[in-house]
Amino acid sequence: MCNLRSANWRKHFMGRLVLFAATLPILAFIYLPIAWLVASSTSSRVELSAVPPHWIPQNPSLQNYVDILFPGDQASSTAKTYKVTLQNSLIVATSVTAISLVAGSLAAYALARIQFRFRRTILIGILATRMIPEVSLVIPLYVLASQIGILNTPTVLIFTYLSFALPFAIWLMAAFFETIPAELEDAARIDGCSRIGTLFKIIMPISAPGLVSTGLFVFLTAWDEFFFALIFTSTIAAKTVPVAIAEFTGRYVVDITGMMTGGVLAALPPVIMALAFQRYIVRGLTAGAVKG
Amino acid sequence: MATLATTVKPMGANARRFNLRRQDTIVGWLLIAPSLIIILGVTLQPVLSTLYLSFFDASTSVNLPRTFIGLDNYTNLLQDPVFWQTIGRTMYFMVTSVGLELIVGIGIAQLIHTRPPGWKFLRISLIIPWAVPTIVNGAMWGWIYNGDYGALNGLLYQLGVINKYIPWLIDPARAMNLVILADIWHTVPFVALIIQAALAGLPAELDEAAAVDGASAWDRFWQIRLPLLRPAILVALIIRSVEAFRVFDIVYVITHGGPAFGTVTISYLTYQETFSYGHLGRGAALSFLVSIFTLGIAFIYIRYVYRPGEGA
Repeated sequence: MCNLRSANWRKHFMGRLVLFAATLPILAFIYLPIAWLVASSTSSRVELSAVPPHWIPQNPSLQNYVDILFPGDQASSTAKTYKVTLQNSLIVATSVTAISLVAGSLAAYALARIQFRFRRTILIGILATRMIPEVSLVIPLYVLASQIGILNTPTVLIFTYLSFALPFAIWLMAAFFETIPAELEDAARIDGCSRIGTLFKIIMPISAPGLVSTGLFVFLTAWDEFFFALIFTSTIAAKTVPVAIAEFTGRYVVDITGMMTGGVLAALPPVIMALAFQRYIVRGLTAGAVKG
Repeated sequence: MATLATTVKPMGANARRFNLRRQDTIVGWLLIAPSLIIILGVTLQPVLSTLYLSFFDASTSVNLPRTFIGLDNYTNLLQDPVFWQTIGRTMYFMVTSVGLELIVGIGIAQLIHTRPPGWKFLRISLIIPWAVPTIVNGAMWGWIYNGDYGALNGLLYQLGVINKYIPWLIDPARAMNLVILADIWHTVPFVALIIQAALAGLPAELDEAAAVDGASAWDRFWQIRLPLLRPAILVALIIRSVEAFRVFDIVYVITHGGPAFGTVTISYLTYQETFSYGHLGRGAALSFLVSIFTLGIAFIYIRYVYRPGEGA
């Protein structure tokens, strides 16, 4: 009896050990590139040209961060303007998130809860717009933006980003609204609440987690966007962080320390947000994708 | 009296219901209106303009006259070997990248599902590569692949796998595979997290019953869990395929389409035609072909996935 138990226990223990060992290469694959990114951002340019590389910087310093956040005369032009591009990214992503949440949740409520003609057509149309590549929107939008004179402004990015953010927000919010039991709403309406009253007093408060998830996804997508920003912004007035990072690679020189430091700074806001709200991220992934 | 009451009451209720329904319709349209106007303005109108433009011989200079050439842009493209090479390259990227993501992603999800020591840490860790912006991801891997000072060279050199540094991105086929590796780092977490959530939602009894009946862990995975995961896998497959077919950012930042056009994907070709060569009409036709393909995938998505209550 005692022997049997210890044999079982050993088998169990070995099994757990094998499973644990299997997680190690995955963790290494996740963290080694990040470690190298962070190490590069704290190394000097000279140290980065060591062969073989210094895996751990011998003189780690935050000088690169100082250079980007408080650039001196010797900084590359991209490094000098990096702070402004961070600000542009923040303005654009926040505005897109706010507009998508307000307009999107109203539309999503109507599509999820109110029966009317063309409802299904609109829903499918919205899903279809999510499949349209940015590249097939960009030429007319460019011509239009230059005619109105909003090229190189955050405005043009906010409007063009709505082309993917708004359908996405509607789709995700509709999925959340559909999970709310209809009885709740019927009860409120019998008590004399109007549609709009029910929406704001009953539905919205319950849907707060859905709003958080949707807001997070929209913000992260807008922060990540590169193609529209590359086409529509060529000056510092509206250039966003991804464009700035791509520009660290000049025609002849690559400002590697600037690129890596800028990369860490650009990755920090979305990574911190995603970690802080990880439960909402997973919920959003499942609600938005695995439906029905 | 009694009969009268029963006939009058439903009529009144019907009229009220009719009124309510009409009110509902109005409220519904009012709620949708702002979104609909924005979406029509920033997606439908531009798509139709692009379609219109694709029937013209037009260059970047807006003032030059445009000649209507019908379907010539399309027929020229479809007869151009460069177009088909690019489609082939894009399909290679899509199939390899999405295929590996699914295999690795499902594997990781299954591993987390068995709750090994540290599984919570692994699940949280997955969120990090997912959240890192695509361009940062590309810049990071581009630096890792650097031929003179890169970490890949350094690592392989110190392990004794290579005896001198290799300029990785000089060979077109190898460059493509390395771009795929960078893409996988960024997107495997998406697949793993979706599948893991789906696994967690499966009824445990089924698995336990099979275990009692003597099914091995291997069989239980293939015979029980995998079929039940079909909808989640299908969703991940379609979303990732659409994204992978349109890949642009990561190519732009790691290779700029090089070397020797080895990593030019269909989106990158469209970008070059339109903004580097100024062939607006041809670029529009190209982008429309990209749309048609992705809408084809969207159609599959709607047809097989968007079925409320369809079940597994």
